[in-house]
Amino acid sequence: MFPALSEKLQSALRNLRSKGKLTEKDVTAALREVRLALLDADVNYKVVKDFINKVKERSIGEEVMKSLTPGQQVVKIVNEEMTQLMGGFNDKLKISSKLPTVVMLVGLQGSGKTTTAVKLAKYLQKNGHTPLIAACDIYRPAAIKQLEVLGRENELPIFSMGEQEPVNIAKGALKEARKKGADFLLLDTAGRLHVDEQLMEELANIKRHIQPTEILLVVDAMTGQDAVNVAESFHQQLTLTGVILTKLDGDSRGGAALSVKAVTGCPIKFVGLGEKVTAFEPFHPDRMASRILGMGDILSLIEKAEASLDKEKGRELEKKLRNEQFTFEDFLDQLQQIKKIGPLEQIMEMLPGVGGVSKQLKKLSVDEKQLVHVEAIINSMTKEERLKPEIINSSRRKRIARGSGTSVQNVNQLLKQFGQMKKMFKQMSRNKGKFLRGRRGFFP
Amino acid sequence: MSILNRLKIGLQKTRFNFMGKVEQLFYRDAIDEEFYEELEELLISGDIGIKSTMEICDQLRQGAREKKIREPQELKEYLKKLLLESLNTGSSALATSTDGPTVILVLGVNGAGKTTTIGKLAHSYVQKGHKVLLAAGDTFRAAAIYQLEIWAARAGADLIKHQPGADPSAVFYDAINAARARGADIVLGDTAGRLQTKVNLMEELKKIHRVLQKSLPGAPHEVLLVIDATTGQNGISQAKLFHEAVPLTGLVLTKLDGTAKGGIIIAIKRELGLPVKLIGVGEGIEDLQPFEPQSFIEALFSLDKEQNTK
Ligand SMILES: Nc1nc2c(ncn2[C@@H]2O[C@H](COP(=O)(O)OP(=O)(O)O)[C@@H](O)[C@H]2O)c(=O)[nH]1
Ligand SMILES: [Mg+2]
Repeated sequence: MFPALSEKLQSALRNLRSKGKLTEKDVTAALREVRLALLDADVNYKVVKDFINKVKERSIGEEVMKSLTPGQQVVKIVNEEMTQLMGGFNDKLKISSKLPTVVMLVGLQGSGKTTTAVKLAKYLQKNGHTPLIAACDIYRPAAIKQLEVLGRENELPIFSMGEQEPVNIAKGALKEARKKGADFLLLDTAGRLHVDEQLMEELANIKRHIQPTEILLVVDAMTGQDAVNVAESFHQQLTLTGVILTKLDGDSRGGAALSVKAVTGCPIKFVGLGEKVTAFEPFHPDRMASRILGMGDILSLIEKAEASLDKEKGRELEKKLRNEQFTFEDFLDQLQQIKKIGPLEQIMEMLPGVGGVSKQLKKLSVDEKQLVHVEAIINSMTKEERLKPEIINSSRRKRIARGSGTSVQNVNQLLKQFGQMKKMFKQMSRNKGKFLRGRRGFFP
Repeated sequence: MSILNRLKIGLQKTRFNFMGKVEQLFYRDAIDEEFYEELEELLISGDIGIKSTMEICDQLRQGAREKKIREPQELKEYLKKLLLESLNTGSSALATSTDGPTVILVLGVNGAGKTTTIGKLAHSYVQKGHKVLLAAGDTFRAAAIYQLEIWAARAGADLIKHQPGADPSAVFYDAINAARARGADIVLGDTAGRLQTKVNLMEELKKIHRVLQKSLPGAPHEVLLVIDATTGQNGISQAKLFHEAVPLTGLVLTKLDGTAKGGIIIAIKRELGLPVKLIGVGEGIEDLQPFEPQSFIEALFSLDKEQNTK
């Protein structure tokens, strides 16, 4: 019914990719599809308009039309503009020269502030910091208790003063943080509507008294067109320094990510990817753009691999990917390690050419048998075939299918996917500067 | 500011932002391509979604041709009629059981407003003289049970709870038995928030559903999906996948007191036929209303004096 954005974008751009010569009409037709795909992904309609105009202007320029691969060029432009729209690069938390660095989390009701406060604190703690969280939500029933329970479960210090004026709680927490030598103070505030003058003034008041270094708007990734109204309004009243996008682990197409930065100029700093405290990552616009375009997210995959496998292996894989030496041998090795890295659906999403087939993904998440199939197919290849898949002709395909108990179609599909993957690596390694950006940047 | 005032301002802003522009649009001189383009943008900005928007615009074009409509004002009435027709499903009243307690199960993604809706709903039933029992089926989120406990106390309802981390199905099993023993005629079941793509969590819902069916024939009498009005096109996936896991009987659209338009319910209705039964218009215990398509559409289109001065 509503195929994922990446699917649509890919199909819109696929036609362009293969074209040797491009007319303005081709570009316009493809961009019309892109427009629909973006709107369907909840990107704000004004943002979409600007975006399409920008891409069009660049795409029908001399350089692109005259280039040897105009289609590829347009795809590249879409990718670049999309990355740009989301902020270009990962933006880190600012640190105050006077400790503690105060981070205030604000947002609508139910956007995920409390969970985010705990995740951010845990993330900081892992990176050697000593965060303190202050419970400033005095309105929602059991909000303070929720934070206290989460603090206990995750060994994070929580500061609470019951249901007093939030500004006094914040002041008290600041004192406490200084006394304890906490280097970060996170303020969990109550959810509120951006049109609620009284409650917005409460936040402005906290801001005046505490002078937070960061004021981060927590936005649900499933938000629709209203995301820009909310972000604009919070920004106007509080001067936000950034955004955290939550619930990105669902099948939301994350249009809010594209819009919010565009209208407020505030960078998206982190994303929440699940209910677990550790499901929290710095946001990388370049990776997100290629994920949306179905180009996969090899960087995240490598980082995940590095985190769960040994460093040596990760580095080896990265090198191979870059030098186009990635073979079925490596693929098999990866598959065998893959279960260590995380849920299959998340990994598949990061693989180029796979991210788009989200419908099948849903089935995949229950049916890990697919993985067994792939393993079986590769296992039925000879060593030579694994190293040089181009020699796999039709009789070899038949043999492999028979040997693995699958069909020739299955084999074909795998070969095709593998080909796409390699092509992708090649493209990324050509663009090494970008490929490496954000690699080193560990927090802060 | 009183809750009523807050609600009023919220609703006014909604109308002002969205249909204020629609109003302007329908004061144009002619129905031309530019007109349709702007209408398309307006519908999209209300989260109605690209697919439904294009369908509605096509229907409108066709209607205009067939009925020889040339005046924008006339077309506006026709658009209202179209939207109303697509939302109308008769009564939004909740089902009641004639044999034993009425069981209402409440589902939704994280933070949609399930627990709050149950608190409000409990209050409204108690006001009408019912004996209400709440089942604390969110055993997952920290302090979720305590949150429901507070609402139970506010509303004057009973509560059945287990330990955090307990199997929610067991909570519901106990709740049904307790309702029978205590003579409660309404059971409201809270559940943990879950994204519709989490297969194992959707399986958990199916199990809850089975347990309810077994413990009380005919139960659950209502299965309501709570959707936040700010939700964009993902709302369709929410409705679709929850509906696939457990047959839904209707939707609750919350947070309509903000500036979000809630247009996603039009798309959901068109694609899945699921009606909205209740709307949430604030955080207070009284802030729950039956959904009335007529006023929903009227509200979208009306523009009163105060807004003109804005
Ligand atoms: N403004 C407004 N806030 C609401 C409404 N319904 C729920 N909320 C708020 O949304 C947040 C999440 O609600 P909760 O019931 O805990 O969501 P749950 O996770 O689905 O149970 C809370 O802060 C509620 O006060 C509504 O209709 N309007
Ligand atoms: Mg709840």
